[in-house]
Amino acid sequence: MNATVAVILALAVGTYAFRLVGPLLHGRVTVPARVQELASAGAVVLLVALLATGALTEGGGFAGWARPAGVLVGGVLAWRRAPFAVVVLGAAATTAVLRLAGVA
Amino acid sequence: MRSLLRTPDTRSLVRDSSLVWLASGIVGVSFGAVSVAGGLPVWVPVVMSLVVYAGSAQFSAVGVLLAGGGPLAAAATGLLLNTRTAAFGLAVADLLDTGRATRFLGAHLVTDETVAFALAQSDPVRRRRAFWISGIGLFAVWNTGVLAGALAGSALGDTARYGLDAAFPAVLVALVLPAVRADATLLRCALLGGALALAATPAVPAGVPVLLALAGLVLHRRPQGAAV
Repeated sequence: MNATVAVILALAVGTYAFRLVGPLLHGRVTVPARVQELASAGAVVLLVALLATGALTEGGGFAGWARPAGVLVGGVLAWRRAPFAVVVLGAAATTAVLRLAGVA
Repeated sequence: MRSLLRTPDTRSLVRDSSLVWLASGIVGVSFGAVSVAGGLPVWVPVVMSLVVYAGSAQFSAVGVLLAGGGPLAAAATGLLLNTRTAAFGLAVADLLDTGRATRFLGAHLVTDETVAFALAQSDPVRRRRAFWISGIGLFAVWNTGVLAGALAGSALGDTARYGLDAAFPAVLVALVLPAVRADATLLRCALLGGALALAATPAVPAGVPVLLALAGLVLHRRPQGAAV
């Protein structure tokens, strides 16, 4: 078996196993209310960590100013309860315009 | 199903997810293009996207492969990044609990965006609907994008100029804001977790910072009667 196929298989099987843990346990094991609570809070904590690292870092270093500036604009729009489309397009457009202007 | 497609409720869910689909589709195109331009055969990004279906892990695994890091490092990096899907799977488990098939199919559709989109909805029925709409649409668009990109090669140029890398964090901001706005304890946990993840990023392998963020849950005290 070639090495690339092995990578894809290992990734696919491992990832699916991770994803299946929750749905398989659900209903078979009685999950205490406190654990269920922590699981949903944990999902939000993970998402916030993802957005923070995604907005500010790239390959372990700073991502440059254009990206966090775009995310910030998107965040302000979301805070002001702008429609979802406006948030997404506002963030991407800000970053694209900054890059066009030469800001990394 | 027929009536489901007609309700204004469903229409608004489709409208909101379609932007995420569009952005993911373009990122998918760039994943396909980057892989093929780096020297991998067309089937590698295409098959990987179908069976792994996790953007960040795919980018990092292909990155390691193309940099000559070896198959073991490539698989380990991708798997480390995907450990978070276990936590997401737990968080949406009740949405998938409608049968054997939905459990096994739904698990494969668990991604950052779809989980965030589903959990952002106000009631259980809408959450379940949002999960499937976002999940199926994203899967279709992502894989179509990857195929198109792999076939087009590097004709698209540098996708960074479209600013899509800012769109994804912004999507997550929009999706988690209602939850953290309504719950000060959750906000404190999330801020601590985010700070921990950022502080750890320069020092630890990709995928670990986000896991460390879960330590932010130490601030999560038992709520006083209120449901979370």
